[in-house]
Amino acid sequence: MDFQLSEEQKLLKDSVERYLAKNYSFELHQAMVAQRQAMSAEIWEGLAGLGLLGVPFGEEHGGFGGGGVETMLVMESLGRHLVIEPYLSTVVLVGGLIDLGAAQWQKEALCPRIIDGSMLMALAHFEPDSRYEISHVACRAEPDGDGWAISGRKTLVLNGPVAEKLLVSARVAGGPDDEQGVTLFIVECDDERLGGHEYPLFDGTRALDIQLDGVRVGAEAVIGAAGGALPLIERALERATAALCAEAVGVMQRLQEMTLEYLKTRQQFGVPIGRFQALQHRAVDMFIQVEQARSMAIMACGLLSSADAFERRRAVIAAKEFVGRAGRFVGQQAIQLHGGMGVTEELAAGHYFKRLTAIDILFGNSAWQRARFAQLRAEAPPAAFTQPRKQWKRI
Amino acid sequence: MPMDLNFTAEELAFRDEVRAFVADKLPGEVRRKVLEHRRLRRDDIEQWHRALFEKGWVAPGWPVELGGTGWNAIQQHIFDVESAAAGAPRLSPFGLNMIGPVLIAFGSDWQKQHFLPPILSAQQWWCQGYSEPGSGSDLASLKTRAERRGDRYLVNGQKTWTTHAHWADMIFCLVRTSSSGKKQEGISMLLIDMKTPGVEVRPIVTLDGEHEVNEVWFQDVEVPAGHLVGEEGRGWTIAKFLLSHERTGIAGIGASRRELSYLKHLAGEERDGARPLIEDPLFRDRIAQLEIDLMALEWTVLRVAAAEREGKAPGPEASILKIRGTEIQQTLTELQMEAVGPNALPFLPMAWGDRWIGPRVGPEYAAPLAARYFNYRKVTIYGGTNEIQRNIIAQQVLGL
Repeated sequence: MDFQLSEEQKLLKDSVERYLAKNYSFELHQAMVAQRQAMSAEIWEGLAGLGLLGVPFGEEHGGFGGGGVETMLVMESLGRHLVIEPYLSTVVLVGGLIDLGAAQWQKEALCPRIIDGSMLMALAHFEPDSRYEISHVACRAEPDGDGWAISGRKTLVLNGPVAEKLLVSARVAGGPDDEQGVTLFIVECDDERLGGHEYPLFDGTRALDIQLDGVRVGAEAVIGAAGGALPLIERALERATAALCAEAVGVMQRLQEMTLEYLKTRQQFGVPIGRFQALQHRAVDMFIQVEQARSMAIMACGLLSSADAFERRRAVIAAKEFVGRAGRFVGQQAIQLHGGMGVTEELAAGHYFKRLTAIDILFGNSAWQRARFAQLRAEAPPAAFTQPRKQWKRI
Repeated sequence: MPMDLNFTAEELAFRDEVRAFVADKLPGEVRRKVLEHRRLRRDDIEQWHRALFEKGWVAPGWPVELGGTGWNAIQQHIFDVESAAAGAPRLSPFGLNMIGPVLIAFGSDWQKQHFLPPILSAQQWWCQGYSEPGSGSDLASLKTRAERRGDRYLVNGQKTWTTHAHWADMIFCLVRTSSSGKKQEGISMLLIDMKTPGVEVRPIVTLDGEHEVNEVWFQDVEVPAGHLVGEEGRGWTIAKFLLSHERTGIAGIGASRRELSYLKHLAGEERDGARPLIEDPLFRDRIAQLEIDLMALEWTVLRVAAAEREGKAPGPEASILKIRGTEIQQTLTELQMEAVGPNALPFLPMAWGDRWIGPRVGPEYAAPLAARYFNYRKVTIYGGTNEIQRNIIAQQVLGL
């Protein structure tokens, strides 16, 4: 067991952190949100220049050949600087689906354009009735000539407003909650049978709801096996969920630093407020949660490459449950410790708090993850507990 | 080598070796007592101590030439988890983990030769004389006096909360040798034979009705000057050395894993109406949260252990292990008690001894659960209360 980063991983971590520290100020974040921008083209170019958009793709497609740990390093830095750019949606989620399921020729067509930053994509999977359930797909695709015609609604398409293409899941067989029968299609956003509207989320990122009215795609638009896309989507969401945990650690770490800075400088009763034990203990409890959230993010990202699907699944569910809960706690404490300033739009702390709140909700909040965790196969109890007991005569 | 969170083949082989050893050498009766929360006697703990001693595994933290194992921190963690999870009792820490390492670092040659071997072989039991009635969290205010008289010290005063003083042969004591200057600088460490005239042990009965801790009184107790550890006035430094040498074992991962399994077992046995309690979504939710909390702590322990193995100073994450470890232990006792519902109420201390054949109320496993819940309130108080731990983190880690 080894937690140390390789030289290559350290370089990756340093380069992304250095770039964002120099180019991604909180003021930039604020300005983009105020102008309803989903991203900055310059920053995206910068990330492409560092090779970060190719992290999940194989070297034969011009990618970095990275795994969970590389993605973790990038995501933690993105979290630290409250980056709203569509890295999670385009690179981790769609990139993950392409990496896991696309045919060779599709990879050749798509990867270079994602890696050089010239094309953004988004996943349109969740529907108005899905809540967090991954297998719920009511959207349908009917055979149409040698292709398909897709109809239905999708909601909360993260960073959809800036995407050129969408990956849309639709049912080719079965009922809305069946495990089998879901297919993943590439859909062009400029299709005239595709309607939609965009809106902001409370963390400043932007999303899209879409309505497909018989959108026609060719057979070549199918990613992975027809009817067998659900395991693919689950696997990609597993990666994205682990990545989100890493982002949360970056957000929490920075929020903790800002809070400590505030405790050391803000004076009341003639002393820095960090001298007061009641506030110190809140700060320590934040710290305890941040460190454990970091352990969980490392676990989830590090075990993504595990061949044991159960172990991987258990790790990601547990990490998201813990990180969601920890993020909520850390965010609430940070606001409380900032006092009145904490509830203003002006201070960065509140925006970090909002992102943590969004991260808890995305792909299943803590309560939902906990329920899933409880349903996982139980460990076999130690032998001593299962030995037959003596049957005593009744008294 | 890039990050790799799987155990290596060597680590897995070591784990298997530990498992096989525990399965082979841990007496079944002792194991049953630990798993079912029955009262452990001194001899139960000594049996396991001796088995480890014979194997050469009793003092992993000691230098190899003095009886240590040479394990790295990950191996030590694997050993802690595997043995505790399989039902091995916790060995008395006062000799092996406390005064042993202190003597190795600060003791005279005579002290090392005289005291270390019987600690390893369990021929001598130690207890710790730190707290006093007026000195709990403010330990440095302690008042037990030791006055130098020629080649001896004359000790007068009182210690309290002394775990297993009634079993111990020796006590290591923080005593005041000077009342001038800073209060920390007048403290020294003395090793006192419990059979010395003037030493008196009085039991303190705790909430669970059990006798585990004691008062220890000293009246004109004569202690040879050669029983002073290091120099006069170094006692506080030595006590702090001990705190900084607390290892990842303090998180109690193995025992908590064992108790989590037991909790699930209890919740599977108990009925909630027509279904087993474990199928109640509310109870299950709480078990799930506890299990996830334990995972978060365990992975933090692994990070600390791995850094220690690389020879790095413990990172800030090491400071949280005692706080979270004890909180989780308490929640486990609480949920186990809750699991058995009203059957937690009968208080029959005889029923969790080893030879009770009288009538019981409710299932056998329910008898000790409330007492255990009461007993475990101690864990967030001893070894520096969790509030003191938070003060330390606030000051030393967060710079507040």
